[in-house]
Amino acid sequence: MEIFELSAHQIVEMIKHREISATEILESTLQRVAQVDGSPGSIEQKDPTDQQPNHVHAFITLTAERARKQAKLIDNAVARGEDIGLLAGVPFTIKDIFCVKETPTTAASRILANFISPYSATPAERLEAAGGILLGKVNLDEFTHGSSNESSAFKPFPRNPWNTQRVTGGSSGGSAASVAAREAVLSLGTDTAGSIRQPAAFCGVVGMKPTYGRVSRYGLIAFGSSLDCPGPLARNVTDAALMLQVIAGADPHDATAVSLSVDDYPRLLENGIRGLRIGISPDYFRITYPDPETGELRQESITPEIEAAVLRAAGRLAEMGADIVDEVPMPHTRYGIPAYFVISRVEAASNLHRFDGVKYGYRTPDAVEDLHEMYRKTRGQAFGVQPKLRILMGMYVSAAQYSEQYYNRALRVRTLIRQDFDDIFNPNGKYRLDALLAPTTPTTAFPIGDVYGDSVLMQYADQLTVPANHAGVPAISLPCGFDKDGLPIGFQLIGPDFSEANLLRLGRAYELATENDTWREKRPAI
Amino acid sequence: MNEEITPGIFEHLVQLGALELDDEEAQYLRRQLNNQLKAIHELEAIPVSEDINITSHGIPYTPRIMSPIRGDEWLPNPDSNEIIAQVPETDEGYIVVPDIPHTDLD
Repeated sequence: MEIFELSAHQIVEMIKHREISATEILESTLQRVAQVDGSPGSIEQKDPTDQQPNHVHAFITLTAERARKQAKLIDNAVARGEDIGLLAGVPFTIKDIFCVKETPTTAASRILANFISPYSATPAERLEAAGGILLGKVNLDEFTHGSSNESSAFKPFPRNPWNTQRVTGGSSGGSAASVAAREAVLSLGTDTAGSIRQPAAFCGVVGMKPTYGRVSRYGLIAFGSSLDCPGPLARNVTDAALMLQVIAGADPHDATAVSLSVDDYPRLLENGIRGLRIGISPDYFRITYPDPETGELRQESITPEIEAAVLRAAGRLAEMGADIVDEVPMPHTRYGIPAYFVISRVEAASNLHRFDGVKYGYRTPDAVEDLHEMYRKTRGQAFGVQPKLRILMGMYVSAAQYSEQYYNRALRVRTLIRQDFDDIFNPNGKYRLDALLAPTTPTTAFPIGDVYGDSVLMQYADQLTVPANHAGVPAISLPCGFDKDGLPIGFQLIGPDFSEANLLRLGRAYELATENDTWREKRPAI
Repeated sequence: MNEEITPGIFEHLVQLGALELDDEEAQYLRRQLNNQLKAIHELEAIPVSEDINITSHGIPYTPRIMSPIRGDEWLPNPDSNEIIAQVPETDEGYIVVPDIPHTDLD
């Protein structure tokens, strides 16, 4: 095994026992990045380039010198016999939607291309305080608005390490790709409608959306403030548990970060899963998509290959002692995307108003008559089509004359979606579930260019992940095999509020059950 | 196609959103918005009476989990120059913007 392939928990143990230094780990990782990443995303390049066909292009900014200084600090602390942090020496990346002090923070948008953050986001600060080594900022859909990374203003956008003709998923595509390609051990992502879990599934890694409020959003550039959740991407469940342990918890800078104490996730991982109740709902095995000719929405069964892989995963969990409960009704699942089209747009339009060329970021170089013209030119020139779509739709559905028809209706449907989860997780109810098991995505990673441009079809890529965001509940996506094209398939476990420890335990049990499966030996071809 | 967002409504939204668009982009955006509204109309299939409360956050914020509101304390930024350094145009520490048009309120 190469050094850059080590897991976070192995690295921490080895550094603690002086078997390897943080600097050695970092240098091996930087070498890996140099070998597989290719040119970083940049606003200077117009189109996806095929000049480096087998490269990942996960990064926007590599912070190698900062990383070297951090690694040295860890090595010095070990030499002095001091206690080191939970993630000491572990190289990680951050989705470029989080502020990191003295580092470009672009949101993959032209409007923030020149912005250097004067402060750090809480989860970023906690990762560094725990000894994690920040390698750099990775690409995403512009302002997290997408499910493929093709909307990034920084080109080339990331490629799927399993097949570079396929998308990574999104919006945490650079995060998932950097972890899958072994360019980083961990990555910090965000999940607003599935933006951690969907790329995790497409790239064959573990991704967790914690309960809303479990991880602080301070320093995260907001998309949908009532939906955004920072969370970990990792190559295994133990590493995801370690990372969540570090980033979770109350924060005086974010009033929505809850005061509940944080469980010791790594310690609880191997407690076994006997008697845990896992539900399967037919509503998560049907998918909706817009007819390419008419735009009308159609429903059909999910791909048999994905269904079979996900049900096999349920079978393995049953072998480990979980009770499987079939035919669990989740009747409002199909309304997740329509409600999201309304709620997220209203929140996005509000959040995006701060980008106006006055205090930071891009300002139009054109001559202007007055301030309003400066706003219009700045925003027209520097926002891509995805933020523009969200601003315009948000304006429309929240306008006084339409808000009852659209916005308030969507918020009531959100209540019904939450009610579906309350019913199945109710400890005194009919189902009494500890988790719902479902496919993470309706398809595996689609070819670059196949969906981008059709904003409705792209949004439906999140149809199985978005209900958990509406409800605020935690969910974890885990790899469970490959399709006939060699692309990863993921399944997700969704649990009641603050049940992260149980979800991680189930994930770890699944890993143990499948550790000798042949598909576990596969590695990305890059 | 029955277009809910007509060119007139679209132009109004563009003004509200403070965006300047070229024709091609405007055409694409308006078509996509109308397509998205088709999906949004799916919500009308669900009976939602007014006695269903609206949910603005998924998880209920009960006193058990709510963090106390932090004190209203003045904390000076350690280096305000770092913040001013991000401003596109400044003059002796002031932010410079083009003329602010005079508007008579109704």
